[in-house]
Amino acid sequence: MGLSLLSFIYLVGSVTFILGLKMLSHPDTARKGNLVAAAGMTLAIIGTIFLYEENGERLHNHLWIFGGLLIGSITGWIAAKKVKMTAMPEMVSLFNGMGGACAALISINEYGHLVGRDAAQGTLLTILLGLIIGSVSFAGSIIAWGKLNGRIKDFAFKGQQIGNIILLLLTLAAAAYLLFNLNNDNYWLFYIIFVAALVYGVMFVLPIGGADMPVVISLLNSFTGVAAACGGFLYNNQVMLTGGILVGAAGTLLTMLMCKAMNRSLTNVLIGSFGGSSAAAAGTKGEQGSYKEISLSDAAVCMSYANKVMIVPGYGLAVAQAQHVCHELEKLLEEKGVEVKYAIHPVAGRMPGHMNVLLAEADVSYDKLLEMEQANDEFKTSDVVLVLGANDVVNPAAKSDPASPIYGMPILEVEQAKTVIVNKRSMKPGYAGIENALFFQPKTSMLFGDAKAALQKLVAEIKNA
Amino acid sequence: MESFFDWVHNNHAIIYIVILSIFLGIEVIGRVPSVLHTPLMSGANAIHGVVIIGAIIVMGRVDPDNYIALIIGFLAVILGTLNVVGGFMVTDRMLEMFKKKK
Repeated sequence: MGLSLLSFIYLVGSVTFILGLKMLSHPDTARKGNLVAAAGMTLAIIGTIFLYEENGERLHNHLWIFGGLLIGSITGWIAAKKVKMTAMPEMVSLFNGMGGACAALISINEYGHLVGRDAAQGTLLTILLGLIIGSVSFAGSIIAWGKLNGRIKDFAFKGQQIGNIILLLLTLAAAAYLLFNLNNDNYWLFYIIFVAALVYGVMFVLPIGGADMPVVISLLNSFTGVAAACGGFLYNNQVMLTGGILVGAAGTLLTMLMCKAMNRSLTNVLIGSFGGSSAAAAGTKGEQGSYKEISLSDAAVCMSYANKVMIVPGYGLAVAQAQHVCHELEKLLEEKGVEVKYAIHPVAGRMPGHMNVLLAEADVSYDKLLEMEQANDEFKTSDVVLVLGANDVVNPAAKSDPASPIYGMPILEVEQAKTVIVNKRSMKPGYAGIENALFFQPKTSMLFGDAKAALQKLVAEIKNA
Repeated sequence: MESFFDWVHNNHAIIYIVILSIFLGIEVIGRVPSVLHTPLMSGANAIHGVVIIGAIIVMGRVDPDNYIALIIGFLAVILGTLNVVGGFMVTDRMLEMFKKKK
């Protein structure tokens, strides 16, 4: 009775995961989809604790299990509640790393049971795969987390790509050797493989630029899915298998969709051509001419007397946490009869959809957010475009300069509006490391300063005007 | 070669699950708007937290005197739970923002 009930629970769990993913990919049902998957997960966890049996023996150590669940739940709950909206991407990365570490630890423990016994090769293979994939995912996610919150700087040295490939091949070769020759004299090789996989995870993510972290996190996310599926093989557990493989497949597709939104290939992201070519591009361009600054009061007047203002939020808005004051500006302008809309580039900020989440947090209405194509139609009829800490996504070089590293990336064509006001902290280039010709156009004026401070002053100016 | 066919024959149910799940995973999120990329990634992140089931099984089978295994298993349960609970909650917080405003 117990085991057949558990099988049924696993079936229900698998279906909730499929339904959950399906609902998550539509805006109206997304939230419910997440809850459906969470409910299925809870059911599967409880079912496993009380119903799982092997050779007629139930699981024991309940105190340890519940202790672990309790600690994990409380910590996870607090972390997820406390994290700021801008820090969401790195939080996802961190949680992903925990999943990878969990898979690796399972492999380590199962391996401990194997030593000294005659193990089936299939079992050993899944243990090794779970260990390697889980460790790479864990180490890589931690580096991605550190990069997103600025604790870890980009780091690359000559020949790193080749070094990485050699390290990976050596790790896999050691695993293959162990798979066919495991005995009491070489069982320690397993722990070397563990360390090598961790090192590979670090070296794999370190040279990739911070702006590409979303793609990397999505990729590592699908890795962890595969690592979880290895556990499914190991225990012949269908819910782990379907859940893991589903995420592995969906995660891979999502990674490619994200790359597509940035008009880059996955290889290009992983090998990181931005770092190499950008220096050369910036060097040859040199001086672009002069730019002009605009005073706060001029900017305030300019916007208050416009018919239509488009706001282009970027990463600068996110770091400055300026979404609330941005909404305040929008309300103020609307009171004056100005039509205000937001133009959202799919990869503005640190993650696709990041801006939508941030602005929604500040209560900006959903229908004011225009996607790139709609926005590009509306720039022609806009009087003022206010660019808030965005750079590469409004760089006209992506359309006009085939030599530019971002050539071909779809951009927001803000230069079609009558006036462009760009708020930035300095003239420093954005992530792609290239100059932006937009800033030097006659219709563009610069408003320097931190996005939040500048917006607050702007709001005050408009109120007084 | 024969051993390969034997292997397929002996594990055919699992192989079917894997292949169908791959197609399902790709199909099911095929038309996601870019706005939802981040929440979807986060949701998928929570779902692979299903690895916690493996951690529970490991933990539940460990010999109560084997302290090293107990500690490793205990850590695995904590980390897996973090992935599940944190993952679903962060996703929910993101999606909460997408509520339609009147």
